Amino acid sequence: MRARQVLYTAGFIAALLIFWQALYWIFGARVLTPPWTTFANAWNMLKMPDYWPDLGESIRAFLIALIIAFGMGTIGGIVIGTWRACSEVLEPLLVNINTVPKVALYPVILLIFGLGIWSKVVFGVLHGVIPIMISSIGAVRNVNPIYVRCGRTMHLTHWQMLRRVWVPACVPEIFSGLRLGFSLTLLGTIFGEFFASQKGVGFLLMNAIDLRNIPTIMSLILILVVFAVLSNSALLAVDRRLHRTQA
Amino acid sequence: MHARVEGVTRIYPGRSGQPPVNALGPIDLDLYKGEFLSIVGPSGCGKSTFLELLAGLAEPTAGTIEFEGRAVRGQVPEGVGVVFQEDSSFPWLTVWDNVAFGLENEGVDPAETKRRTDFAVGFMGLTDFAKSYPAQLSGGMRQRVCIARTLVLQPRLILLDEPFAALDQQTRLLMGDELLRLWRETGATILLITHALDEAAMLSDRVAAMSARPGRLLEIIPTGWPAERDSRIVEDARFGTITARLWTILRDESMKAIGRTESRESA
Amino acid sequence: MTRYAWMRLGIVVGAGVILEILFRTGVIPRLIMIPPSEMLASAWQILASGEFKGDFYFSLLNIAFAIGLSVAGGFLTGLAIYSVPLLRATLEPFLTSYSAVPPIVFYPMLIVIFGLNRIPQIIIAVMFGLVPMAINTINGLYRIRPVFLKVGRAHRVSALASVFRIQLPAAAPYLFVGVTLAVSYSVIGVISTEFILSASGIGHQISFAYDNYDNRAMYGLVVLLLAIATLLNSTLRYYSHRMLQRWTR
Repeated sequence: MRARQVLYTAGFIAALLIFWQALYWIFGARVLTPPWTTFANAWNMLKMPDYWPDLGESIRAFLIALIIAFGMGTIGGIVIGTWRACSEVLEPLLVNINTVPKVALYPVILLIFGLGIWSKVVFGVLHGVIPIMISSIGAVRNVNPIYVRCGRTMHLTHWQMLRRVWVPACVPEIFSGLRLGFSLTLLGTIFGEFFASQKGVGFLLMNAIDLRNIPTIMSLILILVVFAVLSNSALLAVDRRLHRTQA
Repeated sequence: MHARVEGVTRIYPGRSGQPPVNALGPIDLDLYKGEFLSIVGPSGCGKSTFLELLAGLAEPTAGTIEFEGRAVRGQVPEGVGVVFQEDSSFPWLTVWDNVAFGLENEGVDPAETKRRTDFAVGFMGLTDFAKSYPAQLSGGMRQRVCIARTLVLQPRLILLDEPFAALDQQTRLLMGDELLRLWRETGATILLITHALDEAAMLSDRVAAMSARPGRLLEIIPTGWPAERDSRIVEDARFGTITARLWTILRDESMKAIGRTESRESA
Repeated sequence: MTRYAWMRLGIVVGAGVILEILFRTGVIPRLIMIPPSEMLASAWQILASGEFKGDFYFSLLNIAFAIGLSVAGGFLTGLAIYSVPLLRATLEPFLTSYSAVPPIVFYPMLIVIFGLNRIPQIIIAVMFGLVPMAINTINGLYRIRPVFLKVGRAHRVSALASVFRIQLPAAAPYLFVGVTLAVSYSVIGVISTEFILSASGIGHQISFAYDNYDNRAMYGLVVLLLAIATLLNSTLRYYSHRMLQRWTR
């Protein structure tokens, strides 16, 4: 079964690459670079020290945003989720706020934080923190009360309850929230780099549009896509492994 | 002879690496026009499968099924109505629209549809709830909606698959009376699948006992009840005798059904 | 309204009041933000004067196109994947991982190919919105209770009639969730592309106002944008709630 799945996935990727190559043959080099060339360009780009400051900037912005979003989201969510009255009031509010298109707030953030790395970080956090928080609240609130009662009948101490009941019960759902938050924080950070930034991968991309530098554009897009797909797959694998312990 | 089943079996091919499952049969059964027949048996013996075969919702691996002289194969014949075990009322339609569903599907003209739907709704005591949605009704009432929806097409053979299984005992008894009233007033042939021995014994003209899987008919007991009967038939001494006889036949079968290491409901 | 709903309202109103006070007392400089009361006044003025009418039409039309394409395309894609086992086996894992890659990264490429007009913007918005619609379509079809289909067969309903009379209504709640997401994402896709690079549109005007330190116009437009998005979301949520109330016990 799993082998067949891998086969299908490989087949799909192959079909995409063939489709890409076909588009190149139809539309020509003015508009696209073919797969092999793009991969080669991307690889060269990653090796060239000229690009490292920008890559570094992007990675730094993303990691900082990720840590803040994960931290605020999980801790905030757990705290709110544990206190019932609090979660009753705040969770619908958070869900509502989440539906607001955060793009509308970008110019405000730029005004407050300026054109540096912190705007990008805030964009990233803005996109990721609320879903993570909502997920964490849900994880805590949805712990089956039976588990807690079982723990009490076994006379577990507070610390043991935490370690042996609460944490294992909450972790899978919180992790799913983190996986989603990862993608959203990435989205926010990349937005930030496109919108107003003077360093980073996004900035390079915007520059390349002006210069109509198609090979560069496609290589950079490829780097971003590959990074996103690989990291998400890794998180997905962990997510699946965690959920296997659930019914 | 309203319907006839001969030599019917249902064998499910085994899933990867497992042997085929003989779910049912061989079964021979004659259904007389206008009778009320119940089939009882332990869990997983294939009662529901049998009903689906008779209705044309599934195809037998071997044997023939006939309704009013014509073969039943792959399609539900006109004149046959089915009421399922779970609540199958459509949550997106009002009670009235649910009942009218079959008529609207067949393109019956609106005046006729209204007349027949109003009648069926009234017949099942749902007039006050005609504009409500099933979600607002109790389980028993939702089953009544399903029955009304079947009735409106004036079926000559009504198949019911444990229709009252999800209801509490008192509601079951009352619904049993409803079913008898329905039977008397429509003159339809009724085949009731149930796991409740008392229900089968009190409602039917004949009760068929089915063995554990693969289900075969072990014995058919005629009850001899008068047509004008209701749940108070339990007072009659013969009720106890019939129920006892059924249990004697089925006790061993039930133990066999539980004793299986992999017990599945009708696959 | 429940006790909790009042508390929520209190929080929102309280935040607004605090902000207003912070402005009036000069804690927040005007260069960064204008007081909420002035934001609302500016929004009203823009609406009344029709100052950015052309841009509004541009953006709203793009959003409408994007919603239409996302919903229709998403539905058909979901339907196809659900019905064809090979497609399902191949594509389903990708659908769930689709959200990993922010579609916005393709915007530069699309601008180069199609030029700086509404086409790349609509394409990006559809890339945002189509997949959630497809996923919810698949979910909805998958969760149709099998007994409904059996009822259809018991009533000798034709295959086509079954789709319209049973399957679509049965899947409706999920389809509706998909539509809600498609609408949300279409707005996000269109506006964010307009921010990044565009010749017209609400997003473009907000960006322009930002560049020119025109806080009045900028915040007014932001408020209007939020109002439009909230209106869309609330309407959808209202109908979704009504549908769910009919369905659930």
